[in-house]
Amino acid sequence: MVENLVVRYGDICAVNDVSFEARCGQVTAILGPNGAGKTSAIEVCEGFRQSSSGQVRVLGLHPIRDHDQLTKRMGVMLQGSGVYPSGRVKDVVKLFCDLYGKRCNANELIALVGLEDRQQHTWKRLSGGEQQRMSLALALAAQPEVVFLDEPTSGVDVDGRLIIRQVIGKLAQNGCAVVMATHELAEAEKVADQLVIFDHGHIAAAGTITELRHGHEYTRFTSDEGIDIADLSRALGCSVTATTNTGEYNIEVLSTPAVIAVLSSWLHDQNLPLHNVTSLESLEDMFSRIVASSGRQN
Amino acid sequence: MSALGAQLRAELQLVSRNSEQLLLTLGIPILLLVFFDLVDVLPTGTDEPAQFLLPGILSLAVMSSAMVSLGIATGFERSYQVLKRLGATPLGRRRLILAKIISVFCVEAIQVVVLLPIGLLLGWRPSNETWPLAMFVVLLGTSAFAGIGLILAGTLRGEINLAAQNGLYLVLLLLGGIIVPMDELPAPLRTISHALPSTALADVMREALTGGSSMLGTSLVVLLLWAIVAPLIAIRVFRWS
Repeated sequence: MVENLVVRYGDICAVNDVSFEARCGQVTAILGPNGAGKTSAIEVCEGFRQSSSGQVRVLGLHPIRDHDQLTKRMGVMLQGSGVYPSGRVKDVVKLFCDLYGKRCNANELIALVGLEDRQQHTWKRLSGGEQQRMSLALALAAQPEVVFLDEPTSGVDVDGRLIIRQVIGKLAQNGCAVVMATHELAEAEKVADQLVIFDHGHIAAAGTITELRHGHEYTRFTSDEGIDIADLSRALGCSVTATTNTGEYNIEVLSTPAVIAVLSSWLHDQNLPLHNVTSLESLEDMFSRIVASSGRQN
Repeated sequence: MSALGAQLRAELQLVSRNSEQLLLTLGIPILLLVFFDLVDVLPTGTDEPAQFLLPGILSLAVMSSAMVSLGIATGFERSYQVLKRLGATPLGRRRLILAKIISVFCVEAIQVVVLLPIGLLLGWRPSNETWPLAMFVVLLGTSAFAGIGLILAGTLRGEINLAAQNGLYLVLLLLGGIIVPMDELPAPLRTISHALPSTALADVMREALTGGSSMLGTSLVVLLLWAIVAPLIAIRVFRWS
């Protein structure tokens, strides 16, 4: 639980009066552009950084005062390495299992993140994606009740992402509170129950994806380039706009059967094709909208 | 296995697999001892160069493991965020530091076990030896050099720390009465040399193993000061990430 958190570096305010809560059994994704304050906020929760003001409790504990108690129950995946470059996968995972003393099996953790055939490799010989998966395995060695993942899928290939997604899902299923900071909107959309969108040290928006999309649903379709938008708008009785992508258009209402019927009929009359009808705001669009609106307010 | 035991095992594993560190902690001391014993180029003032060289080389070994090896490894661990990551485990900083200190002592024990027989083979004969003093001086030297190593490791970036540790090692080796007797140094350098921890360590070690130190009291005081002050500064200035 984070309440009115402020983190300052000299004159710069990296996190400004931020409050949010990450619940057990849920994945909370912290999104935001570079320098938005995501990592600073997470580092305060992990006990790596002192807050300038505000209150932070993780599993009911103060991250710095109760650090010894918290570390036994918390998993951490840092942005960057955090692993001995010349340490072998098996040795380092075993080390972390022993450090947490929870009798977790290093081989099982290595298998869980799909690194069985890399056990004897040193960290520096792993690919970027493999390094990320190994970092995740180290976070799991804690058998955590809360886990902080900083950019967990950054530089990870498709198969690796699938593995990381599965592990994150399983953690939440087992009641762990998963907090992940990420730039990867598509990943957040796939795994997150709750989004907290940071911008310039503030929270620009927070809630479930459905909550954040509310009032911003639309119908998107593709057809030929340069259709008569004004005429289509008249036919539909609502605004139609062309997006930045060639041949892609937005209708600013939900895709009800009536809307689809009018659209199909109009395109049919004009002898135009209809492709890719979608009816939800993409997370990318939602993110851009929220950050832009937050920027206007600031 | 306890957290401390696991970390100690990891520290020793990393040292044993790091060829640069093995070269530094064993290769260079052995090479210098054998080379300068066989090649008569140093004004050691004795028929058996090993008699002069061995105590100095043991001091060099302490400096290699406690300062350079520990300092370089810790500096890179800091820049690779290993220290930060370990700080988020139940190990904690105190046990991490303890594991590092014990691992330095383990390496020093191996250095002594390897260097003493080589010294004996080369003609070194202990005389008036005081083993408790030798052990005490190793303890003081380890504290002093570990403090210096960690001051650099905790404040400089990885690569700069690497260069600084190696540069300092060379200076302390040449000016510290380890291979070149202090009497052979020009007067200004000799004055500086008296204040160096390497000089003090080598001098007390020589007294402990072969006797005949001319300034035992001064050397002990200098070493004691370094052994107290350097770790205190390290605690104050060390940045974990």
